[in-house]
Amino acid sequence: MKDHYSLVIVGAGPAGLAAAVNAAHHGLDVALLDEQPAPGGQIYRAIESIPAERSSLLGAEYQRGSELVSVLRDSSIEYYPDTQVWSLNRKLEIGLVCSNTAAMITANQILLANGAMERPLPFPGWTLPGVMNAGAGQILFKAHGIVPADGVVLAGSGPLLLLLAWQYLHAGVKIKAILDLTPVHNHLRALPYLPRALLAGHYLMKGMAYKKELKRAGISTLHNISELRASGREQLESISFRQNGRQHVLETELLLTHFGVIPHTQLSRAAGCRHDWDSSQQCWRPQLDEWGNSSIDGILIAGDGGGIGGARTAEHAGRLAALEALHQLAKIDQRQRDRLGRKDRKWMREDLHVRPFLEAFFHIPGKLLRVPDDGTIVCRCEEVTAGEIRMAVANGHSDSNQVKFQTRCGMGPCQGRQCADVVENIIAATGGDSIARGGHYRGRPPVTPLTLGQLASLYPEEKE
Amino acid sequence: MKPDVLIIGGGLMGFSVALQLVKRGTRCKVLDKDSAGRHASGVNAGGLRQLNRHPAEIPISVAAADMWHNIESLVDSDCDTRFPGQIRVAENAEDMQLLEERAAMVRGLGFEHEEIIDRDELYRLVPALAPHCKGALICRNDGYGRPFHALDAFRRKALSLGVEYHASVRADAIEHNGNEWCVSSEKGEFRAPVLVNCAGAWAARVAAALGESVPLKPGAPMLMITERLPRFIEPVIGAASRKLSFKQMQNGTLLIGGAHMAELDFEHQTTDMDWAKLALSARTVMALFPQLENVRIVRTWAGIEAFMPDNLPVIGRSSRSPYAYHAFGFSAHGFQLSPVVGKIISQLILDERTEFPIEPFNIQRFCKR
Ligand SMILES: Cc1cc2nc3c(=O)[nH]c(=O)nc-3n(C[C@H](O)[C@H](O)[C@H](O)COP(=O)(O)OP(=O)(O)OC[C@H]3O[C@@H](n4cnc5c(N)ncnc54)[C@H](O)[C@@H]3O)c2cc1C
Repeated sequence: MKDHYSLVIVGAGPAGLAAAVNAAHHGLDVALLDEQPAPGGQIYRAIESIPAERSSLLGAEYQRGSELVSVLRDSSIEYYPDTQVWSLNRKLEIGLVCSNTAAMITANQILLANGAMERPLPFPGWTLPGVMNAGAGQILFKAHGIVPADGVVLAGSGPLLLLLAWQYLHAGVKIKAILDLTPVHNHLRALPYLPRALLAGHYLMKGMAYKKELKRAGISTLHNISELRASGREQLESISFRQNGRQHVLETELLLTHFGVIPHTQLSRAAGCRHDWDSSQQCWRPQLDEWGNSSIDGILIAGDGGGIGGARTAEHAGRLAALEALHQLAKIDQRQRDRLGRKDRKWMREDLHVRPFLEAFFHIPGKLLRVPDDGTIVCRCEEVTAGEIRMAVANGHSDSNQVKFQTRCGMGPCQGRQCADVVENIIAATGGDSIARGGHYRGRPPVTPLTLGQLASLYPEEKE
Repeated sequence: MKPDVLIIGGGLMGFSVALQLVKRGTRCKVLDKDSAGRHASGVNAGGLRQLNRHPAEIPISVAAADMWHNIESLVDSDCDTRFPGQIRVAENAEDMQLLEERAAMVRGLGFEHEEIIDRDELYRLVPALAPHCKGALICRNDGYGRPFHALDAFRRKALSLGVEYHASVRADAIEHNGNEWCVSSEKGEFRAPVLVNCAGAWAARVAAALGESVPLKPGAPMLMITERLPRFIEPVIGAASRKLSFKQMQNGTLLIGGAHMAELDFEHQTTDMDWAKLALSARTVMALFPQLENVRIVRTWAGIEAFMPDNLPVIGRSSRSPYAYHAFGFSAHGFQLSPVVGKIISQLILDERTEFPIEPFNIQRFCKR
């Protein structure tokens, strides 16, 4: 690895791959970094190594990844798998660990294409072994062909839940139930956005087709579910929930939950990019212009990390950000950028038509986000409950950072990734404040842990 | 109600002063431009160290240690304090000689808290230490606390006794109109006959408003903390010829400091880690505890602190007004001193004298002759 590149891209999913290929095509020296062992990101995970049979179970949308990845392999792009970026600052310095050695490299332009994460949403019992994110279930399936042997209950809200159910159905997994926590009145909320969504109707059609197939296979989806609770002594034994005023219990040793996805903002936060609260997507997202420029010169963001748009939009945004990087580096002029970007901009606009509808349809009820049950753990790392957070607020600790200092919430190895938004929601609700004012945890690098030995390997020439 | 004393700065110094004053029936108001504990007081390393103090600080540090050992009687909380001792290890013969000279000097001043221990005792106390060390200087009743909890305890006790506290109020202009101070802020004016400057790294601005210029330099020492480990070390470890402060906290995490500074943007109150310096700290730790190579660092941060050229604080009455007092410039070792500073300032205000020797901390030492 060199210590400087014209363009460094973090993340080898659809956005990062498309950007890298486009930039390299125009002669830029590009380094593409990714923490995974192989390219493809979350959606095209294991695309190069997956057996054909499993790949076909995942559907045509998944297979699309092979094309992107094979272009990467044929290019001049320096691709570094198994590489963890642990720091980024406004001077465009990137701290990374590769082969157990830390390094600090620089770039003229940096593109963050590090995607999304599942929205953490604590509910009673969510930390029990046997309760997992749907995304984790999907990773096990894609990368290792592991599926639940003794059946599974899926619960939550969002398109991924449906997709996973469909994939499991085809893989022969026993789905005991699908619990849909989307409130029925979301249908009304989403209705005004339906006409626009129909312009990208293939997404809706696909969703309906999945639903129909599941129904035909006799898998019951229970709607309008609330008060989900997981119970068990050492590990999950049963779940309970309420439907239309009635309490139900289901025995299961595995529960996969999903409450939508939100942008991974750790690196953009670390660099100091400005973020806004998006009340439709119910998450923070970095401020970006139409080419992907963040509030910091030289830092671009594309794909779900800049706001949830899905894989196709990510690809377009990645190519556009690459053009912008080329423009910033004076490899192309503004007119060329605009001309070369015209198609991607058009396609991206069209692809995004479905989003407002999906966001309204899968809008998570505020009550769920605020973790009503005091006993529920919010910070898994430090085992801090919602009640302790509310107590800290009652004692005058009125923003996230004070709550963190007081309770240690967010001080564990995940760096607050899992609890930051939840804590803000709780504080906002307690104080009648809006989430945007509650403030976010101040970043405390490294973004991901690094060992003392790795840190010691950095700047070996520096002496006391 | 108008307070008797207005305190600028809601760090430990501000609340310690307020607490001592309110206990003697004085009405106080504390202003902070941010939130309580946002700066040095909330984010420091929590070290309660008499060991290796500047001779001028020894008497007040020893008095402060007494107060920390009884801190619960003052603030109704033990502030999560532990007193397993602090140790300064010698890695070679020169180190050992330095430490022996130091111990002799302290004894010469009439204090007994610092003593030399030999190699055997060192390894009895710190079996995890790399085998090359020769001996150490120890202060057995030193220890550490949890800074944010300490600040919270001081704040809550002060408030429970009637101290008024305003967060997010920055004192901008300060004027004296004959019989009282008038401090103006965006949130309104605050008046009181007596003013105390506990403004930490920003104290030079307050002093300047009183007509006093001080060579205070804001700095941002860095700290890093690891994941939790099973307990393997009790005392706090420093080294005679390396920049290091190393302790295993109450919850098993390791807190590593080395007095290395982050890049500070003072106007925006933001800091950028200096990774080259943190890498040095990591190498220092590995020289003394090589078994920690694979331990994960989960966080690093820096706190903004006031440094004086002689690394000694300014504690005492203003040189310009008999109604204004200063307590700032603690140069990264004020956490331990905070309880006694409250006592000193309250005595100066209410008794016009203090039982502690504070002449070395006089602000006039910076006045050009
Ligand atoms: C990283 C680090 C590690 C440290 N480790 C140790 C240690 O192990 N042991 C030890 O003894 N000491 C340690 N210290 C030093 C110790 O933290 C400080 O000396 C002590 O906390 C100073 O307290 P303070 O109240 O003066 O300052 P602060 O806590 O900084 O409080 C000053 C307050 O004044 C407010 N303020 C400033 N200007 C204005 C204004 N105009 N209007 C209103 N409010 C204003 C600020 O917002 C701030 O909250 C460390 C410091 C740092 C930064």
